Amino acid sequence: MSTKRTGAQIFLDCLEREGVQHIFGYPGGAVIDIYDELTRRPHIKHYLVRHEQAAVHAADGYARASNKVGVALVTSGPGATNTVTGIASAYMDSIPIVVFSGQVPTHLIGNDAFQEVDIVGITRPCTKHNYLVTDIKHLARTIHEAFYIARSGRPGPVLVDLPKNVQQASIVPEPLDPKEIRIPSYQPTVHANPRQVRRALDLILQAKQPVLYTGGGIIHSNASEELLKFAEALQIPVTSTLMGLGGFPGIHPLWMGMLGMHGTYCANMAVANSDVLIAVGARFDDRVTGRLDAFAPHAKIIHIDIDPSSISKNVVVDIPIVGDCRDALHQLNNLLKKEEPRDWAALREEWLGRIREWDRKHPLKYKKSKEVIKPQFVVEKLWEVTGGDAYITTEVGQNQMWAAQFFKFKRARQFMTSGGLGAMGYGFPAAMGVQVAKPDAIVIDIAGDGSILMNIQELITVVENNLPVKIAILNNAYLGMVRQWQQLLYDKRYSATDLSAQPDFVKVAEAFGAVGFRATKPEEVEPVIRKAMEIKRPVIMDFVVDREECVMPMVPPGKATHEMLLA
Amino acid sequence: MEAKKNRRHTISVWVDNQPGVLSRVTGLFSGRGFNIESLCVAETMDPATSRITLVTSGDEQIIEQIIKQLRKLINTQKVVDLSELDHVEREMAMVRVKAEDKSRAEVLRIADIFRCRVVDVSPTTYTLEITGNHEKIQAVLSLLKSHGILDIVRSGTLAIQRAKKE
Repeated sequence: MSTKRTGAQIFLDCLEREGVQHIFGYPGGAVIDIYDELTRRPHIKHYLVRHEQAAVHAADGYARASNKVGVALVTSGPGATNTVTGIASAYMDSIPIVVFSGQVPTHLIGNDAFQEVDIVGITRPCTKHNYLVTDIKHLARTIHEAFYIARSGRPGPVLVDLPKNVQQASIVPEPLDPKEIRIPSYQPTVHANPRQVRRALDLILQAKQPVLYTGGGIIHSNASEELLKFAEALQIPVTSTLMGLGGFPGIHPLWMGMLGMHGTYCANMAVANSDVLIAVGARFDDRVTGRLDAFAPHAKIIHIDIDPSSISKNVVVDIPIVGDCRDALHQLNNLLKKEEPRDWAALREEWLGRIREWDRKHPLKYKKSKEVIKPQFVVEKLWEVTGGDAYITTEVGQNQMWAAQFFKFKRARQFMTSGGLGAMGYGFPAAMGVQVAKPDAIVIDIAGDGSILMNIQELITVVENNLPVKIAILNNAYLGMVRQWQQLLYDKRYSATDLSAQPDFVKVAEAFGAVGFRATKPEEVEPVIRKAMEIKRPVIMDFVVDREECVMPMVPPGKATHEMLLA
Repeated sequence: MEAKKNRRHTISVWVDNQPGVLSRVTGLFSGRGFNIESLCVAETMDPATSRITLVTSGDEQIIEQIIKQLRKLINTQKVVDLSELDHVEREMAMVRVKAEDKSRAEVLRIADIFRCRVVDVSPTTYTLEITGNHEKIQAVLSLLKSHGILDIVRSGTLAIQRAKKE
């Protein structure tokens, strides 16, 4: 083992040690040595994207679907700057990815060299951590630290900047076991404090109108089973944020649907009337809370989160619990076993009855039509035809909200969306990443006609690699969500939101070598979906939908959740 | 709503002594809209560690958030809010004051009262070194102002916890 290895070799050795099988990337002068070495690594499959932003979103989708760390590899300068949106999105949504960027040789750094950019400086505020490796001696350790940081604690993106001369230098590497990586100044609290957990349970046991408000933390910590057990044991109704969808079964009697700006009436009313609100792995985002002082005004709040800085950031909580959601819920379930059994179904009858009543009064609904395709109808049909099993990614805007409302997710890691950053162009490349992680699954990007054009170039990537991703465009020839705000809040002044000038999406699909279908009438929707699902190739389904349909209910920005507009 | 009380806090942060770490700290403040009133950084006895003393202000919730965000940085080893503890604070200033004819003696008298040191002399000026807490330095400066301050440089606050008394 005492032979010399180049930086490029050490880099790929490290990736292999981390168990990386798939990377998404785009080559260039500053990473050409790594790409050269890649030709000798049959165990790592590289997917050549057509824009670096897509590489990062794909790594993000891959990470969410597979529960592994996603990897992207790009060159210096513009290659690196193109990753920023993808990194920022992964940061907001706490997704474990590592982005490797090439950099000009160390002696040229700071000289405004060709394709030089200070990507470590640029991504400092949108990564969990980042590194510039200036010495090959630190290369291996840095790479393993990057993976460790990305996946541990509150997960997040890490960027490692690799100067070209570091890739080209060679040393005799010291043996290094990635499992041995410890960073003294970084010790996330995983185990929740048992005393706090006890206090929380005592409060929950006294609650008359408790609500579980769950978020992405349920997914990241694989806590779904513990959550289900806990909710069922105490008959506590569950709502979740956009990021938490799938963490609790979407067809369970205790499920109330998503809360917040486009949440269900019953979920928002339940939170507003709750006496104990149990937030698990959620962060009281403004899209969830609406006007802060009117959010859960009567509730004592318990907040479980692995990131101490999420606790009491927006809302001051009564019982903070720092730790992994699964660990905390597991402890709660264990404590519960020792409690005297009570008939919780009977004790909750009144509270759950009120919630059912709210739901009966204002369920999620839309005006059905025989003439024009309703976008919600398309999502319902996608759910029906795939038996609710498909992996769903979304773009951002109305398509995203309709997917969240009308696709009833069965399980965690089934739904991928750019929740925090709201990056249009996320869904398609993310779907590509999901399909790589789950080659035999049906993966559908629910898209809008605006968003899909932001990364449409990836059609060639999915065609080239036989990734049979399906794209369902809810085509209303508008930037629908912005138009909806203009329609409802700006007296219908549609400024820069009319997308009537658009390509023929069926021909676009065909031009790239994919398959394209169009549906313009409601009765065509199901046949198009069925055909698309049977074809083992990438398919665009262009659903020409009702132009002025709005996402309802809606809590207008800055309003309290009980002031929501209803359908 | 009751106005939230803003208080001045002096916070010590032990960080890895590496390039870019200071920018992570200052970037955190600007990016999240926290304010920094002053900042001092230098190596500790262990050259791998730097100690930052920073002064900021905000209500309780903001200060709690600042401390948590600082702790969240991977390169941060320890954060202590000294304002919650018995501690000593010092700042330093160097001031060049006009000192001609009869004001020459007066400037020296002020320097003497506040135990300033004269670090440079010219026929028409004195340069004084002042150390003390924030309030003392403000007091000296306001007295010297009427004589004419030609140049001034001030450090941020340094602070250290007092030893336990037993």
